[in-house]
Amino acid sequence: MGWMAWTLPTALFFAGIALLLVAMTVWQTVSPGRERKGFLPLTTSRGDRLFIGLLASAYGHLLVLALTDWPLWVATAICATGMAIIMKWG
Amino acid sequence: MKPYNNKAWWLVLPVFVLVAFSAIIPMMTVVNYSVQDIFDPSTRYFVGTEWYREILADPRLHDSLLRQFIYSFCVLAIEVPLGIVVALSMPRRGLGVPFSLILLSLPLLVPWNVVGTIWQIIGREDIGLYGWILNSLGLDYNYASNPRDAWITVLVMDVWHWTSLVALLCYSGLRSIPDVYYQAARIDRASHWAVFRFIQLPKLKNVLLIAVMLRFMDSFMIYTEPFVLTGGGPGTATTFLSQTLTQMALGQFDLGRAAAFSLIYFLIILLVTWVFYTAMTHNDNKE
Repeated sequence: MGWMAWTLPTALFFAGIALLLVAMTVWQTVSPGRERKGFLPLTTSRGDRLFIGLLASAYGHLLVLALTDWPLWVATAICATGMAIIMKWG
Repeated sequence: MKPYNNKAWWLVLPVFVLVAFSAIIPMMTVVNYSVQDIFDPSTRYFVGTEWYREILADPRLHDSLLRQFIYSFCVLAIEVPLGIVVALSMPRRGLGVPFSLILLSLPLLVPWNVVGTIWQIIGREDIGLYGWILNSLGLDYNYASNPRDAWITVLVMDVWHWTSLVALLCYSGLRSIPDVYYQAARIDRASHWAVFRFIQLPKLKNVLLIAVMLRFMDSFMIYTEPFVLTGGGPGTATTFLSQTLTQMALGQFDLGRAAAFSLIYFLIILLVTWVFYTAMTHNDNKE
């Protein structure tokens, strides 16, 4: 695995994503969700909302890095809030 | 009650393994590279998000990104309408069908670097047909020294190479329209335009979305053809994103910066592809 040039923050990041996917799978198996329409302009399933939330978070982090001098955890906090809003009401 | 039978997911496993080795693991490596300054495999330093901040403020990225969007927009604006016109003019029956299908497939069979070489020769004003004709008409054409000529040549080359794909997709879409629609149009004495607007175009919507998505993705990551034809020049006039990235990664061996650049590039393509995919599935659901 040395050739992959791992670092602790990236390992934690990918572990987080993997755990998120496992948790979503378990959630869907235990209590299956249905497609629904929230404030997003399209009908979405939980998986769709997770993808939209992750993509929006990636762009959110890039915007913060490009336009501000804020530390990264501020971007992460804003994106996590956004992600929770999208998952709940999106 | 179990609402879904999830056993079919096991059938996805081989594809998942394949994609993991061809895309996911390399992508994870790129993410790892993007947060480090790498001198050689054993000498690397964690720099956090520094490369991202630098790349996002880099005028080279801004310029190539703008050029790339203009290029993809021009490619779509020319190839999609032209592909529809070609598909509408193709014969529906008889010997002309296989003949035109083979003729249209030919440019698609030519490898990218050969296309670049062909147009490098065709565009020359001394021995190339295209360059010679334009210069004979009194136009001062030289794709090697004039940025406008270089752009036109790169675009014409792409149109020559890929309009066939759009035309073939549209042709297959047109062939799948049942004849009863045309019979109803004839009974209503609908004009050619009305038939196109209210029968053919709506039926082509999904095929066109696929064509636009394929052509966008391909044109957005174009590398070989402009690299062979103009080498990105004159100056940086035809240096698109992939060439800037290659210069950074292989020319300067700046792996950390290039990795951050790649991920931003990937996110742009991912967003656009997702928008097209959503539009397509949204249409399917409505139908």
